[in-house]
Amino acid sequence: MENVIEVNNLTKKFGSFTAVDHISFEVKQGEIFGFLGANGAGKTTAMRMLCGLLPSTSGKGLVAGYDINTQSEQVKRNIGYMSQKFALYEDLKVWENIRLYGGIYGVPEPQIVSKTNDLLKRLGFENERNTLVNSLPLGWKQKLAFSVAIFHEPKIVFLDEPTGGVDPITRRKFWELIYEATDRGITVFVTTHYMDEAEYCDRVSMMVDGHIEALDTPKNLKQMFHADTMNEVFQKLARKAQRSDS
Amino acid sequence: MTNIQESEWAVKCEKLSKTYKPDIQALKNIDLKVSPHQIFGIIGPDGAGKTTLFRILTTLILADEGKAEVMGCDVVTEYEKIRRNIGYMPGRFSLYQDLTVEENLKFFASVFGTTIEENYDLIKSIYQQIEPFKNRRAGQLSGGMKQKLALSCALIHKPKLLILDEPTTGVDPVSRKEFWEMLRQLKEEGITILVSTAYMDEASLCDAIALILDGEFLKIDTPENIVRQFEPTLYSIRSLQRSKLLTDLRGLPAIDSCYAFGESTHATVIHNQISPEALKKYLSEKGHTDLEVVPIAPTVEDCFMELSKQMHQN
Repeated sequence: MENVIEVNNLTKKFGSFTAVDHISFEVKQGEIFGFLGANGAGKTTAMRMLCGLLPSTSGKGLVAGYDINTQSEQVKRNIGYMSQKFALYEDLKVWENIRLYGGIYGVPEPQIVSKTNDLLKRLGFENERNTLVNSLPLGWKQKLAFSVAIFHEPKIVFLDEPTGGVDPITRRKFWELIYEATDRGITVFVTTHYMDEAEYCDRVSMMVDGHIEALDTPKNLKQMFHADTMNEVFQKLARKAQRSDS
Repeated sequence: MTNIQESEWAVKCEKLSKTYKPDIQALKNIDLKVSPHQIFGIIGPDGAGKTTLFRILTTLILADEGKAEVMGCDVVTEYEKIRRNIGYMPGRFSLYQDLTVEENLKFFASVFGTTIEENYDLIKSIYQQIEPFKNRRAGQLSGGMKQKLALSCALIHKPKLLILDEPTTGVDPVSRKEFWEMLRQLKEEGITILVSTAYMDEASLCDAIALILDGEFLKIDTPENIVRQFEPTLYSIRSLQRSKLLTDLRGLPAIDSCYAFGESTHATVIHNQISPEALKKYLSEKGHTDLEVVPIAPTVEDCFMELSKQMHQN
């Protein structure tokens, strides 16, 4: 199977501080890859490099087939990104949000029109085309935000704590959306602080002090650390951190 | 400092309502009683009304209707007494970014007419962790350190009631555990703690909780009682064919709802309509392997989901 992410000894230093310290890993096409770690472990810095937003100090990375250091513009165009905090423009209508993101990601105008119709139909949102996003229920907003992030059919979508502060049912329905997307071949790279969600990933990496301390399937990680849940695995690994955020 | 008498309730709300603009009803006619000397959790997702409730109790905004008392003082007529006697840590970091750690703490102490030295005992275990950085500007601190400074500032006048608005949002599981350990110690000191969170697993760390959604309380009780009152039968189900499991379960009329729950799936069964054995048989006929179907006790999260479903049905 094709690798959508290939990272080799990727490193980022800020002055004398090494935020990300020689990390190496691959993410396969269609995989749900959980990217976990304590606050301050270097997750955000690593993710910013993978999204082409921050140049690395050393090391290599290929994302969606493009070099993150020399082809960052192509990287940005060929990935999707969604976070809970910044997902949609609340004061724009449903179709306007789709139009805006379609444009940003360079989808040609005629395609935006036909794809918008398809999308609204698939989501059952035809009657909400002209609804302002701020008056949609949270579950619908999430559905729309996720659909907008993959509107340009990227190979991979980065989800940065997509379910933070979301009610338990909506949070689970969101994961069902993720599964639907991976069934269509989209690769998912996701961060979360909910350890039950780590169980829903195909593979999980745990960052501690800028390193990837462990990377495997949830099942293997639990065996390796003699733990019953991913929460226990996390507690065991993150407690070793020297560079705690506190 | 004006001290207030020990009252029966740390917090008491009657028929409290708050509406923003014409159409957003943040709180709908809620009642709440919080006994002193306990950790009381307001548990619910973003937008449920947690912050609005706290802003009314801390006398920062006024309710449209209803009454609220904090330690026996009315939030409208006796707001000054309340302000002097509570500690409040808002959800957004709201200390002075351009003052140093020590300057922030000194400032809050002086506002309340006290000094760091006078109440050092109470904050010692928390403040010691950031004291090495006391000359650093607050804006330059990491998230975890900001949180500890904010908590120290909220405690510097030895409040009887500490109100914390989502102190653990966006915080990793290890740091969350440490934060709750600090809260437990503060409770030992006799401080009543009113804390909000969107993390359902923190419910079990509270003495009593109120589950809140869409401006209404779904339930107020101890976590143990809430779990005990869960009505449907709950099964934990495992199968190697995970993604197919939800579809197959939803095809069964006896299953009321089912959702992924960590490495297993939880399904609620209407009136015991299907036994674990019968469900196992049905699923294996559908091609599931490595099957496990076990009746289990619910978590607070299961209860929240069941209660919110009932609320939306009504």
